[in-house]
Amino acid sequence: MLDTQPDEGYTTADGRKIGGVAMEMKNITLRFGGVVAIKDISFDIRWGEVRAIIGPNGAGKSSMLNVISGFYNPQEGEVIYKGYRRPRMRPYQVARTGIARTFQNIALFEGMSVLDNIMTGRLNHMKANIFQQAMWWGKAQKEEEENREKVEKVIDFLEIQHIRKTPVARLPYGLKKRVELARALAAEPSILLLDEPMAGMNVEEKEDMCRFILDVNDEFGTTIVLIEHDMGVVMDLSDRVVVMDYGKKIGDGTPDEVRNNEEVIKAYLGVTDD
Amino acid sequence: MLYREAGDFKTSYTSDNQTFPIRFDRYGYYFVLGVAFLVMPLILNDYWTNALVVPFLIYTIAALGLNILIGYCGQLSLGTGGFMAVGAYASYKLMTGFPDLNIIFVILLSGLVTAGVGVLFGLPSLRIKGFYLAVATLAAQFFLIWLFTRTPWFFNYSPTGMISAPTRTVFGIPVTGASASALSMYMICLVFLVALAWLARNLTRGTLGRQWMAIRDMDIAAEIIGVNPLWSKLTAFAVSSFYIGVAGALLFAVYLGAAEAGEAFGIDKSFLVLFMVIIGGLGSIFGAFAGAFFLIAGPVLLKIMLVDNLGWATDLAAHLEIMIIGALIIVTLIMEPHGIAALWRTIKEKLRLWPFPY
Ligand SMILES: Nc1ncnc2c1ncn2[C@@H]1O[C@H](COP(=O)(O)OP(=O)(O)O)[C@@H](O)[C@H]1O
Ligand SMILES: [Mg+2]
Repeated sequence: MLDTQPDEGYTTADGRKIGGVAMEMKNITLRFGGVVAIKDISFDIRWGEVRAIIGPNGAGKSSMLNVISGFYNPQEGEVIYKGYRRPRMRPYQVARTGIARTFQNIALFEGMSVLDNIMTGRLNHMKANIFQQAMWWGKAQKEEEENREKVEKVIDFLEIQHIRKTPVARLPYGLKKRVELARALAAEPSILLLDEPMAGMNVEEKEDMCRFILDVNDEFGTTIVLIEHDMGVVMDLSDRVVVMDYGKKIGDGTPDEVRNNEEVIKAYLGVTDD
Repeated sequence: MLYREAGDFKTSYTSDNQTFPIRFDRYGYYFVLGVAFLVMPLILNDYWTNALVVPFLIYTIAALGLNILIGYCGQLSLGTGGFMAVGAYASYKLMTGFPDLNIIFVILLSGLVTAGVGVLFGLPSLRIKGFYLAVATLAAQFFLIWLFTRTPWFFNYSPTGMISAPTRTVFGIPVTGASASALSMYMICLVFLVALAWLARNLTRGTLGRQWMAIRDMDIAAEIIGVNPLWSKLTAFAVSSFYIGVAGALLFAVYLGAAEAGEAFGIDKSFLVLFMVIIGGLGSIFGAFAGAFFLIAGPVLLKIMLVDNLGWATDLAAHLEIMIIGALIIVTLIMEPHGIAALWRTIKEKLRLWPFPY
């Protein structure tokens, strides 16, 4: 039996069809010793939408993504995914349910090439056993080629063909961020979590990244949860926004609704947007 | 312009994935294989086979194994000597317990036994990292040697505490025991090394290798994108220990013929193999060959030069050797953390562009 009731979804102003609830966070509370990083927060994420989480530094946004990806286990509350209550899982198990992410501080595998980093993202699609791999035979070789083809598509999509064989450690910051997105995309996730994908980028790089995020959502229908500081970007990209402050949820709605919310203006917009 | 791929225009992803994308390298590799199997047997004499070539082959296998664990998976181990001892004693028990079992199987089974033991001692790696893991493996080293010297069952209650390899044959040719010829020792070690190097290459370029490297480079991110840390680390310990066990079995059964755990497989062997991996190049198959060659051939050549030709005292030469190796390790760690293999790669990159560097 489903743990939630299915519902219909809605159509956005620009005509994209948003589906039913993909994931529901229910009364999540997360503590680190005495610090309460997340206080009794509930919100949902719908199939196909771009859902933003905003809030000042230390508000608990990254912690929230870490709860979704199974890296932190909240003391209270539950995560409902695809209609079912999710049991306690290790992060790699969560990854196998179709959730991929990027990190606020780039977390690429520095000793590997760009190609190998992105191929690692295909991990959950590769099933050859250790003996087939050791012999480089049958399933192992076939699988390697098939997945390489998928990875090449991602590489083309993100326009990083020229650095395919470059060791990641040699790349500039902006490209690293893009490779990290490529690695997450290669997993063909149902839900993609992006933790400040544009932080530290110049204007041009930001524009590129925006375009990629919108294209991913458009072309593959990937559901995206996005943490971002740049309010302009958030307003442009997202369908719905959760606003957090000191671990609490102080707003939730369309960008317009959030922009006109008294409490939000006081806590966040008023401070940064003057 | 000789040293070049046919442009970076691979027609398929298979050819792009080749071990030797450059034709020159591929031919070089066939050439080396040809020399190893066809020419060396004709020109090798007993002295060089015993002093240099066979130990080189065996230690390369051990270095390949340790490189998988340290260089690819990032798990430091100082237990190599102990794991080689497991391989050696396993082969002894198998040879004496099952006299009809072919020596090839004996060696492979010894590798499997060592893999099992390696997984057991690898379990702490799930909780502890880096320095602390090194200490845990060091404890494994001392425990294993203690076990093999104190438990008479392992050396079949022989009064000397030594194990000695009975004669075993492959295709009727003795490869272990007193009657084994230098040539047959060479051939069996070579076959094992070539096969194991090929398997290591395949494992490290595929999914499992990428999982190992992901754990090495950033274990938390690796787990979040779907790498099971338990599986990756334990497979690394298993595969690595398999190689080291095979090396231990070969060292005892084929090369030494007789051994005693503390003497043949002490902590100095753990460090020897570790230095091979560091000097040769962490995370490189070629590095295992280069490092083993350097640390096996170096002392032999130094001795020939200093003692035999210049008439130095043996202990003086031995001290100099230790100093040179120590200095080399420090220099490698500071200047080129990826060892000889990385130096070689840099040279090749330059060569690939030569004569037009831009
Ligand atoms: N692993 C942790 N241990 C202790 N405190 C943490 C940990 N992770 C986050 N926190 C605390 O939780 C709060 C929220 O952090 P974070 O989620 O990173 O905020 P944001 O991403 O919104 O800037 C901060 O006060 C931070 O210090
Ligand atoms: Mg954050």
